[in-house]
Parts: sequence; C-alpha cells; structure tokens
Amino acid sequence: MNWLTNLPPGLKSIFAKKDDTEGDSLWVKCPKTGELVYRQELESAYWVTQSGAHMRISPEQRFKYMFDGGLWTEIPMPPVMRDPLKFKDDKRYTDRLKAAKAKTGREDCMVAAHGEINGRKAVILVQDFAFMGGSLGMAAGEAFIKAAETAVARKAALIVVTASGGARMQESSFALMQMPRTVLAIQDVKRARLPYIVILSDPTSGGVLASYAMLGDVQIAEPGAQLAFTGPRVIEATIREKLPEGFQRSEFLRERGMVDIVCSRKELTPTVGAILGMLMPPARGRRSKAQPADEVAAAK
Amino acid sequence: MAISTYLDFEKPVADLEKKIAELEATGGATVEEEVGKLREKAEKQLEHIYTHLNAWQKTQVARHPDRPHFMDYVESLFDEFVELAGDRKFMNDDAIMGGLARFRGKPVVVIGHEKGRDTQTRLKHNFGMGKPEGYRKAVRLIELAGRFNLPVIALVDTSGAFPGKGGEERGQAEALARSIEACLTLDTPMISVIVGEGGSGGAVALASGNKVLMMEHAVYSVISPEGAASILFHDAKRAKDTAEAMKITAQDLEKFRIVDAVVPEPMGGAHRDPKIAIEQVGEAIEEALSTLQGMTPDDLRAQRKERFYAIGREGFA
Repeated sequence: MNWLTNLPPGLKSIFAKKDDTEGDSLWVKCPKTGELVYRQELESAYWVTQSGAHMRISPEQRFKYMFDGGLWTEIPMPPVMRDPLKFKDDKRYTDRLKAAKAKTGREDCMVAAHGEINGRKAVILVQDFAFMGGSLGMAAGEAFIKAAETAVARKAALIVVTASGGARMQESSFALMQMPRTVLAIQDVKRARLPYIVILSDPTSGGVLASYAMLGDVQIAEPGAQLAFTGPRVIEATIREKLPEGFQRSEFLRERGMVDIVCSRKELTPTVGAILGMLMPPARGRRSKAQPADEVAAAK
Repeated sequence: MAISTYLDFEKPVADLEKKIAELEATGGATVEEEVGKLREKAEKQLEHIYTHLNAWQKTQVARHPDRPHFMDYVESLFDEFVELAGDRKFMNDDAIMGGLARFRGKPVVVIGHEKGRDTQTRLKHNFGMGKPEGYRKAVRLIELAGRFNLPVIALVDTSGAFPGKGGEERGQAEALARSIEACLTLDTPMISVIVGEGGSGGAVALASGNKVLMMEHAVYSVISPEGAASILFHDAKRAKDTAEAMKITAQDLEKFRIVDAVVPEPMGGAHRDPKIAIEQVGEAIEEALSTLQGMTPDDLRAQRKERFYAIGREGFA
C-alpha cells in the first residue's frame, strides 16, 4: 500500500504498476526503492534507475541501445507447431499464447536482428521476459537456431541476451529438447570461429541457464540479475535454511568464476564493441596498414 | 515372482500372491490345483494392470525401489568394469558413476546415474541427483572415450540434478550445459538409455547421444509431475494430472520421435525380473550401436544434429 493505491483509477493509469517499460505512463516506479522516475529520464538512462536497478526492457530497446546508429534488420522467424500436446492446466496453453501475443505483439519470446556493433557484423537475439516469462519452447529454440544460422551465413557474431524462467512446461519434452538443440546451434557458430557472447539479464534460470546461457565465449551479466539453475525458494525448501543475501546474483556468479564481466547497461555496448573489435575484422573494408579502421572510427 | 514392495495399484496382485503363499504354507495335494488357478489369475491381473498403466503409475514403476539401477546393469552387462572417479576439479560425485568396461567383448565408456538401494547407499549416491562435479566427471569420461575411439553408453536414471546450495555455487547450470555439449560434439557413437526416471536437465545432460532409447515403463520429463503440479496448480497432489498432460511415457515420446526405440520390460515391470530387463536393454544397446557402425566423427555429429533438429519439425502420429 502506498499513496498511489488511493488514487482514482483514471489517475492511477498514468503510473505504471511494475516493470512497464513499454507502457505509456509518464512515471515509472523503481523496482528497488519504489521511487517514481520520469519515463523520459529513464529512457535516456538505458532504463537504469538512480538506485542502479536494471529494469526489464523490450527487444527493440535492446537493439536500439546496441546496434551502431540504432539501425537493425529484424530476422524473420520460422513457423512452428504451437501446441503439440494440446496442453491445458487452469487455462488452455493456446489461450496463454494468445494473451502473451496480445500483451507483447509478438508470436513468441525470442526476437532476432542483424546489424553492426562497433563496425562488426552481429546478430543479436533477445529473449523477452514479458512473453510467458521468456520460457524456452519450440518457437524459442527454432529462433535460436535461425539466429545462429544467420550469424554463420553473414559471418557475424552471435549475441544472446537472456531472460527466462526456464523451459516452457506447457510444451514438456519438446521444451526440454531445446536444450540440446540450442547447444547444437552454438557449435556451428563456434566452428565458424565467430564469437558467441551471452548477456545474462534478470532473471535467467533453469533449462535456459543449463544450456545456451552458460556456453558463451564471453559471459557478461547485468548487475543484480538473478541467475539460478534452481530458484532460491526450491533450494531453501531443500536445505531448510535461508540463502544469504546476493546468492545467485550476477556479482556472486562473477566471484564464483561463472561470468567474465558484470557490466552496467550503459557500459554494455562499448564493452561488447571492444570485445568484437578484438575478435573480429571490421565489416566494411580491410584495415589499411597506414590507418587501421578502428582509429578512423575512433577519430570521428 | 514374489516381490517385496507392491505399488498401490498392484494391490489385487499382492492380495492374490499373499493367498498363494498362505495356501502353499498349509501344503497338501488339494492345494496344488488351487494354487495353480490363483497363479493364473494373478498373472492375468498383472498383465491387465501393466498393459493399462497411466503416466502417473508409470512414474511410480520408474521409481520402484527394486528396479535395476546403474550398478546392476554394470554387473550384468559389462565385463572388466574399471570405475573412474572424480572431476579433477573439486571432488568425486557418486550420484553419477562411470568408467571403462567391456560391452560384448568391446571396450566402451559407461556412465550413469546411480540412485542407491538402501538408506546408506542412497545417501552415498545422493539418490541419483548429480552435482556439478558429477557432470564434470561425465564430461571427462566422454572426452576420454572420444580420444580412445570408444563408444559411450549412458544409463539415465535421475529425478533431476541436485537442487542444493553448493551445486549452485559451483555452477550446476554450466556443468549441465557442458555435459550436453560433450555428448553432442563427441567423435564416437553414444547411446543413451533412459532406464528409470529421466528428470529434466539432469537427464538430458547424459541423454544427448546419437540414439536415445527408453525402457517401456520409464518416464522422461521437463519437470517432475509433482513440480509441475505445484507450479501450475499450486498443489503437488495433482501430480497425476500433470503426469498425464505432460506426455512423459516412452510410448508418447517414441511417437514424438524424442526417443528412437522403446525397450520392452518383463510383464509386471523391470523390478519383477531384473535379469531379463537388463538383458533386453543390452540387446537394444547392441542393436543401436550396430546402426552407427562405420560412421566417421563428422557423420556422427551430423547424425546428432539431424536427429535433434528434426524433433518437433516433422509431424508425428
């Protein structure tokens, strides 16, 4: 309860309730402190609040922040079988899909695009937590394969921004099979000697973390992200004790040797750019001996 | 064959077998005929039950305490088993065992989950729930097999990777991912058999081989029926419903082409006649290996890719 609760509904709607980065309310609540932040301010601060909370953002916002010049081409996704098991719990799975589509305007949780980062060719695949918790099912698996194939065909780096509760239960074993399928797709990228970079965002868990999300040549995590194979509640129930503060957060994983870099969203693009710059040749033209392309770019 | 632990739905058989035992104890010529009749009745009853098992009943059969486990397979199917231990990084995990062995005369690497048989061994093997070091040991052995041109046989039987604090700290997720990767990039043939429970990531980490076989009453799922029920219905007691809905039986998964073949079990389940059950698994492994004979490392990798990519793309019955 706060003063917002008492506002009439008409007034309330100008305030977003939670991580509503795609809504159109003027003010957004910081998930860490509850403080209200002006939307425009957040937009230019990469959706990181003053307190350092990295809010969940849409794939389009990722692309805008990461691709050179804010320019990208979306990669069309192959059609997939939607409800192989005719699954129903409290709701039909097809109804859940419809609701998620209405909410996000997307067919499923993965969106991929190609463009350049620091003048290097890159394919970025973003998992949208807003679509059924970014859960990994057949559509996401096929999207991953498509993104990897596009990266190989274009001689581009593959960059995956993860956010997922894990495998999509409603697709059961078909979801489980996306673990080996995505790991296979990565092998093609690795064999082509193209960089595979994972950016772990909040939250990434279960079968996603136990497959493609932990196999990057370079592992980057956004600050404070919850990164767990098994969620804290299940572990606490198993060992019957409370987990320490910060357990399974990005900083903890770095300390334990599971990620290379914990990097604020503001620093993310320059960091990825620097890495690609050292692992790949520039997309356009060869470096002349007299004037490396990098320096030309830097001089601009 | 009389067994020690009866499942709920086996009660009619248990009652009949109890009667038979009582009659036999009294002895006498008239008893013999009666016992024969009862035996026949019990067998029919058992057959009826086991040809109509639902997914939740199969889950219980797959978890049956008397079901053959990894070491039972190793003792019956393999000669000269030399256990190899440890991940060379942290410690040895007895939930996942493995080593060099001879299968039908030929050297192989065999790996699998061992659940343990009694309280003491169950604790030692952590109920077959592997930790990162178990999966890292698996990776080590798979790589060893690749270097020495040996096929890998993996016997999968786990409710899942262990959900513990230490495992998380040491990178459970990374260990599982690497194990999947090791299976898929291996230079030599790999056969995975789901012999009991195929629990989620902990199972797929060893079940990413060229051929994935599954025993008739084994189950393979993305999450345990209880886990799914507590998430989807906030009620773990609805596990029967989620077991059905998730289609976790060997018969369903063969239809989906997620498993390549179903290995028949003796009537009444593997726990009623472990010797026959193990033998049937041996036959199935030999047959699966023979289909991969003569394939180059590139062929084998391509076959895995084709196999796993096809899942969900092509229709199913």
